[in-house]
Amino acid sequence: MDFKFSTEEETFQNDVNGFLKKELPSDWTGETAYASSDDGWNFNLKMKKKLAEKGWLTLGWPKEYGGMEASIMSQVLFNEQMAYNRAPGIDIWGIKMLAPTLMVHGTEEQKQRFLPPVANGEVQWCQGYSEPGSGSDLASLQTRAEVDGDEYVVNGTKIWTSNGHRADWIILLARTDTDAPKHRGITMLLVDMKTPGISVNPIVNMAGMHEFNQVFFDNVRVPKRNLVGEENRGWYVGATLLDFERSGVQYSAEARRTIDDLVGFIKDNPSSNFDLSGREHLRNRLADMAIETEVSRMISYNIGFMQSQGFVPNKEASICKSFSTEMEQRVAETGMHILGLYGQLTSDSKWAPLRVRIERTFLRHHSATLASGTSEIQRNIIATRGLGLPRA
Amino acid sequence: MDLGFDEVQMLLKNSAREVLEQECPITLVRAMEEDERGFTSELWQNMAELGWLGLSIPEQYGGQGMSFFDLAILLEETGRFLVPGPFFSTVVLSSSILTEYGTESQKSEILPKIANGDLIATVAITEPSATYESNGIQLTATKDGSNYVLNGTKLFVNDAQIADIILVVAKTDDKGDESNGFTVFIVDKNTSGMTITPLDTIASDKQAEIVFESVSISEENVLGEVGKGWDIAKRVIDLGSSAKCIEMLGGADRVLEMTVEYVKDRTQFGRPIGSFQAIQHHCANMATDVEGCRYVAYHAVWRISEGLEAQKEISIAKAWVSDAYRRVCAIGHQSHGAIGFTKEYDLQLYTRRAKAQELAFGDSSYHREIVAQQLGI
Ligand SMILES: Cc1cc2nc3c(=O)[nH]c(=O)nc-3n(C[C@H](O)[C@H](O)[C@H](O)COP(=O)(O)OP(=O)(O)OC[C@H]3O[C@@H](n4cnc5c(N)ncnc54)[C@H](O)[C@@H]3O)c2cc1C
Repeated sequence: MDFKFSTEEETFQNDVNGFLKKELPSDWTGETAYASSDDGWNFNLKMKKKLAEKGWLTLGWPKEYGGMEASIMSQVLFNEQMAYNRAPGIDIWGIKMLAPTLMVHGTEEQKQRFLPPVANGEVQWCQGYSEPGSGSDLASLQTRAEVDGDEYVVNGTKIWTSNGHRADWIILLARTDTDAPKHRGITMLLVDMKTPGISVNPIVNMAGMHEFNQVFFDNVRVPKRNLVGEENRGWYVGATLLDFERSGVQYSAEARRTIDDLVGFIKDNPSSNFDLSGREHLRNRLADMAIETEVSRMISYNIGFMQSQGFVPNKEASICKSFSTEMEQRVAETGMHILGLYGQLTSDSKWAPLRVRIERTFLRHHSATLASGTSEIQRNIIATRGLGLPRA
Repeated sequence: MDLGFDEVQMLLKNSAREVLEQECPITLVRAMEEDERGFTSELWQNMAELGWLGLSIPEQYGGQGMSFFDLAILLEETGRFLVPGPFFSTVVLSSSILTEYGTESQKSEILPKIANGDLIATVAITEPSATYESNGIQLTATKDGSNYVLNGTKLFVNDAQIADIILVVAKTDDKGDESNGFTVFIVDKNTSGMTITPLDTIASDKQAEIVFESVSISEENVLGEVGKGWDIAKRVIDLGSSAKCIEMLGGADRVLEMTVEYVKDRTQFGRPIGSFQAIQHHCANMATDVEGCRYVAYHAVWRISEGLEAQKEISIAKAWVSDAYRRVCAIGHQSHGAIGFTKEYDLQLYTRRAKAQELAFGDSSYHREIVAQQLGI
């Protein structure tokens, strides 16, 4: 075993760090939700362009698509730095979902048409999978796409669509065969959000932010050339295992940042009511969080390592997701605990510590164990696919 | 031993639930979050007429003369229905300590007005030091003839914006300690020199900062004895923390109920999600937490009500219930999936309040420390 990064990897890590130091405002604490405010969104767009210029949006893409073909570990380090700095600018749906899917299943025309705008940071994608009746059981989705000449006509609704109100395009899963078994009648379509018949309704989350939406499709006409892969094979197209970094390193990076912020804050306020000396339980708790964060980081590094050796992480990714998101909730909770009565303040004022970041994180992280596969589903995967236990 | 409610108590509980179902719909709760005052006069008057505002005020001052335990039964329901307004500040805290420590003239002046809904009161203990310990109190009251002059800042004061009187804990002796250094003043809202600034808080409850600049208070408005104010403050904290536990129990019980209803109803993979063992275990854990809350909370309140020594029980209850309610909300969210993460769904109303309730009158760390001291470690 050797836990060292290579010299190139370390140099690259420093480059990323230097870049972020330069580009992020010096008092940058991280927008908690870029999509929720116009200012946040505009800054996100600006950063996206700059990252594109660096070629870092396409870090993991093969050279033939204009990517840098960087090693998995470099991608891990990049994502770790971005998350630690809470840097905006990454359209994960475009870069990490659409692009690899098209590289495997897309037609030449689709690759030509859709990949460059993603690489150049000119377009925003969103993911139209979940529906009111189909969450964990995604394959039960009901949104219909019916063939009419050389078009599909889409009717139905998608929900929890993150960035739906900001996106130019949506990756849509729709049912094209109602008679087939549920996994075999689904098709993936790429739909321009400006197509007539699409409407986007905001959904405000419990932190009071507008990040996700419900999207309605009323006789929306989608040209057949926007079909990805084969008709009725959308479930499998959507599940394409990506050869991009899937380490989940962002979780520990985010948590580490929160812990570092807290520690800095405590040190900056000696002999205040945030002073932890003599408050063993809180010190222990914070120490526990630092320990858990390191555990999570190592789990992630191992996933990166496995991928770099050509293995496909399976239960490891689920272990990482469930452990790390639950850990993030514990970290936020610990922060709230340390801030005591001050933790409940919600608007930036002279009284609010760390510019209400901890409170925002505490509320927003209620969703961490739900989005992209709930903790329960992750555990089902660990138990069945990972440990070979019989399915329920 | 009898861990049930008697007939009068059952009547109180059932009628409270019936009334609040009608009078305190969730739409009102939501509207009051946005409202500057945070309550409606209609509901407040209604509560006065039902005798709730004077529930534990002696009959001779226009109250019902019931016990602190009886008041707690009502609080379980107000906690369940998230009743907005200054009930806790006015009735649970202020009326209790005015009854215990007030002079005859203070009591006959103030208590009947509380009972009939004409007066709102609150207690101001915490300061920027954000602790419930006496060394956190820096606000001073200096003797000046027959007056005291108050200078300092109170922070996280509930309902200060709407209170007619504020019971302010001040330091009257620089060198004094808990036994002789503090005094409580009854401060009228119109006294000059006070600046009240609302705070935006996670529970959208009505808390404020109050800055006192040379606020002159007549010595007639001292509550209890000069120098003995910490006893009163401590009493507020004891009553407040134990009563909060009951309020939280009401909320936790409702969150459990909402979640069980939801998981029976929500179908994924062709069956109710409540049929998955993972979700069943979540619900079982929630039920365990709620059951745990119930009896430690009522035990603390009962001991207070009976006049027994209750410090350890209070702290055990507040430490446990604070953590348990938070867990219940967290698992509630997890079992609901994305719908529970929305503002529109009612679950978050409980989660945000659970956080504020946990912090009020000492969080679990504060009370765990007291338990440790009580154990002699
Ligand atoms: C912040 C956020 C952003 C999101 N963004 C997007 C997006 O951009 N695009 C998109 O398509 N979707 C998005 N989602 C939706 C997300 O994928 C779903 O929330 C998730 O799949 C869970 O579905 P659900 O919310 O319907 O919960 P449900 O599936 O109804 O689950 C409710 C509870 O039941 C449990 N459960 C369900 N099935 C089982 C089982 N078999 N065994 C044990 N327990 C089970 C779940 O774990 C959960 O605890 C987002 C969600 C959130 C919270």
